[in-house]
Amino acid sequence: MKTTKEISLGDIAARSEELRGESMTLNMGPSHPATHGVLRLSLELDGDTVTKCDPVIGYLHRGDEKIAENMTYNQFVPYTDRLDYLAPLANNVAYAIAVEKLAGLKMPERCEAIRVVCCEMARISSHLLGLGVYAMDTGAWTVFMYTFTEREKLYTLFEELTGARFTTSYTRIGGLTRDLPEGWLQRVETFCDGVLKTIDEVDRLLTRNGIFLERTEGIAPISKELALAYGLTGPNLRASGVAFDLRKDKPYSGYEKYDFDIPVGTKGDCFDRYLVRMEEVRQSVRILRQVIKTMPGGAWYAEDAKKIFLPPKAKIMTKMEELIQNFMLVTEGPQIPAGEIYFEAENPKGSLGFYIVSNGGGVPYRLRIHGPSFVSLSILPAIVPGNFLTDISSILGSLDFVMGECDR
Amino acid sequence: MDVLALTQKFPQTQNLAGQDMTTFAVNSSELADIVKYLRDEQGFDLLADLCGMDWKDRTPQFGVVIHLLSTKNREYVRLHAPCVDDTVPTISDIHPGANWHEREAYDMFGIKFIGHPDPRRILMWEAYPYHPLRKDFPLAGIEVPFPAADVAAVTGQTVEPAPMMGGPFVSSGGLMSGAEPQALDQSWNEEKPKS
Repeated sequence: MKTTKEISLGDIAARSEELRGESMTLNMGPSHPATHGVLRLSLELDGDTVTKCDPVIGYLHRGDEKIAENMTYNQFVPYTDRLDYLAPLANNVAYAIAVEKLAGLKMPERCEAIRVVCCEMARISSHLLGLGVYAMDTGAWTVFMYTFTEREKLYTLFEELTGARFTTSYTRIGGLTRDLPEGWLQRVETFCDGVLKTIDEVDRLLTRNGIFLERTEGIAPISKELALAYGLTGPNLRASGVAFDLRKDKPYSGYEKYDFDIPVGTKGDCFDRYLVRMEEVRQSVRILRQVIKTMPGGAWYAEDAKKIFLPPKAKIMTKMEELIQNFMLVTEGPQIPAGEIYFEAENPKGSLGFYIVSNGGGVPYRLRIHGPSFVSLSILPAIVPGNFLTDISSILGSLDFVMGECDR
Repeated sequence: MDVLALTQKFPQTQNLAGQDMTTFAVNSSELADIVKYLRDEQGFDLLADLCGMDWKDRTPQFGVVIHLLSTKNREYVRLHAPCVDDTVPTISDIHPGANWHEREAYDMFGIKFIGHPDPRRILMWEAYPYHPLRKDFPLAGIEVPFPAADVAAVTGQTVEPAPMMGGPFVSSGGLMSGAEPQALDQSWNEEKPKS
């Protein structure tokens, strides 16, 4: 029995005529699974096509820069965990190096090597999450499970090293909180073998996957010129074909000693950004293995920096001078000379910059944090228009941003 | 970089002998020209950072600090541009990435960028009355109306200053007397319950 009324093609055409010419404003977020945090996109749509994109940020603004002006240098270390909270160790290291450069401190080799291990593990951890959720954004759920299994192992290692899984606060100005635990480096080595297998698995699942290719290839390409004009850094810049990596071009913490390659994309589309991250994980493993093989012995903090780094606990309990030193450092903060410094480290998401102005003493006069995610999001109004609404999750995932660092 | 060429082309530019990178104090009226010159002639193709500054005791009180990076020559340069009547010309037409950084500097310091295409706040909401990174703004914040007026009309909600509980949970650094541990909120204790 036929109950539906027949509609002629002419009727449909007439109706779609009525719908045309009207744009729609759509708010995506601030709480949306594809926005990876509290980001709101104010979109203007013409049918399914985005004609305007205005990112609204600031939902996670905590005033980190203001807080930094009101506390001593070491007290700010836990706040750096919460910038790019997917790679807290890398933030800790970047901040510590910035302040040490201002103080003109030279770190012992062992400290530098441990920091490189921290940075690269943070990079792997961040990229594993970035790749996992990116796959999920484009419709592949399994990859997320694979990468998260590996991240779980990383968190166990972080916990053993720093005492915390997530907010590590591992570095101190002039050193670290503690030396490496016994046998920890061997466990990192074991992890390296495992993560390579997972990356190969992800490779097989995604790189030649038809659905994934359709959702990423040729979507939102960022040209070399556009990437530079917007100041993109890190994997997003390299995917656009600019071979610039601070670890190679402005080496810090002894990166010049290790042999590794910089993956560079050609088209700068979503797929290239994915490929660059995949390769960076492999390169990070390469660096890790070299550091583990050549881990130097000796001091893991700047022993001569009496006005900056806390003395060992045993000496505080037994020696008067160290007790006074400890008391002064805790109450007044590490004594950093007057001056200004801008230091950028190659973090998983791009260059994390600290601009510090000091008038001397234990508190910075101004501490500016330059977050790469802030920059990555500022390019959205230029690349999103012209794409379909459904592509937005793919574009956002490929830029791999984190709001903690964007809003500060 | 070619310091001499820059100082010859822009004679009012002053080389400050920065400790970590070449640093210049530039005249803010020439800022856009200098940034353009550095990008086109000296290869500083990437804007690494742009931020506002509150110098407190200096005149002018506010300024802008710009860090440029050359991806080819692998070097940085820093430009200090003091504000004129709290304004600086925009460089967002030269480096589009400066757009958001300038919005942030306006939001946090109240520095106005002349010629900026989109001079809105970015981190705080549009109706927020203060510029929080200025040195005279208190750490805890100041009570302001709730951003959503319809919610505030029903609930009477305001945006309150952060609870500091008898002092920030931080030592202030500096002089020992000011850094001593401070008592928590003393308006209540075991005998006297919290009102």
